Amino acid sequence: MITTLLYSLTGLILFGMGFFTLIIHSHPLRKILAVNVMGTGVFLILVATAYIPLGQGEIDPVPHAMVLTGIVVSVSVTALALILACRVQETSNITLLKGTKQSEDIKETGA
Amino acid sequence: MSTEKKIKGQTRNRHRRFDAYQLLFLCLVFCLIALLGTILCTIPENFPGLADTVASLQEQSGVESPVTAVLLNFRGYDTLLEVMVLLLAVIGVWSLTKAPVSNLKTDISPVQMGVVRLLTPVLCLVAAYLVWQGSHLAGGAFQGGAILGAAGVLLLVSELDWLRAVPAFVLRIGLILGPLVFVGTALCCLFFTGELLAYPKGTAGWLILLIETVCALSIGLTLALLFGGGRPEDDVPD
Repeated sequence: MITTLLYSLTGLILFGMGFFTLIIHSHPLRKILAVNVMGTGVFLILVATAYIPLGQGEIDPVPHAMVLTGIVVSVSVTALALILACRVQETSNITLLKGTKQSEDIKETGA
Repeated sequence: MSTEKKIKGQTRNRHRRFDAYQLLFLCLVFCLIALLGTILCTIPENFPGLADTVASLQEQSGVESPVTAVLLNFRGYDTLLEVMVLLLAVIGVWSLTKAPVSNLKTDISPVQMGVVRLLTPVLCLVAAYLVWQGSHLAGGAFQGGAILGAAGVLLLVSELDWLRAVPAFVLRIGLILGPLVFVGTALCCLFFTGELLAYPKGTAGWLILLIETVCALSIGLTLALLFGGGRPEDDVPD
């Protein structure tokens, strides 16, 4: 029980962190990363809910099936979002990674 | 130098300080987490879920693995739509940009060629095994497709010459094959049994294997083409 709770709460915190970043930051790459972190949190919660200690009964296969397809779908959604972000960069004056301001940004968060 | 430091200090200050709205939103997110956390904590221990229901219907599903049974039999409709989402993602990417072509004319290093020659057949074999294994253990179309996608990415980063010679028409056929067979099977089931994706008795196992094989091919191709980042050169011009 405590294991399930630990993993679920970790997933919940990941979800919250991702949600906060998604709303607060305007940078497209950060938003895409935030959505990915949120998704990972949801997957963690789903898998943790289905967890049953070894030898104490059958696993619940429904959350497993949902996570399985969800991972592949989230990868493809990320790819589409990245291409869209590239198009935004081409057609507007928003820079995704080049330029001093953005690299300054990245250094700040890295520190 | 000092002005530079000053500017850096200012940017740092700007990043550290949250304004009132951001703090308010932070509080709201904390409330949401607390609420959801309480819900998670109050899920009763040994909550049965759907495990028993799935186990009782396992005999009829045509496969031994419960996860595959859920994916392609009990919730086949879901999986059908998810395969469609993958197809839509590729259509979106292809309609937005052309695949970037590198102008580097350097030869591929022999080490990399060796890795490609060694790994690609092994990856294909593992993918086929995973799809086959899906009927009785962990495995299936999505896992096999992911491995195939990895093989495709390996070929793409190696920038082999013959990859560019593959006509877009062939890629389109490959992309549509999985969804087409899936929808075709669903419609046949609708015609013969009166329900969408309700497989006729005795054929479920083979139909699931067929769908999984073609879907794994399409999913692998989808992931590799998404990595490619746009439609191929010889595709329809703008």
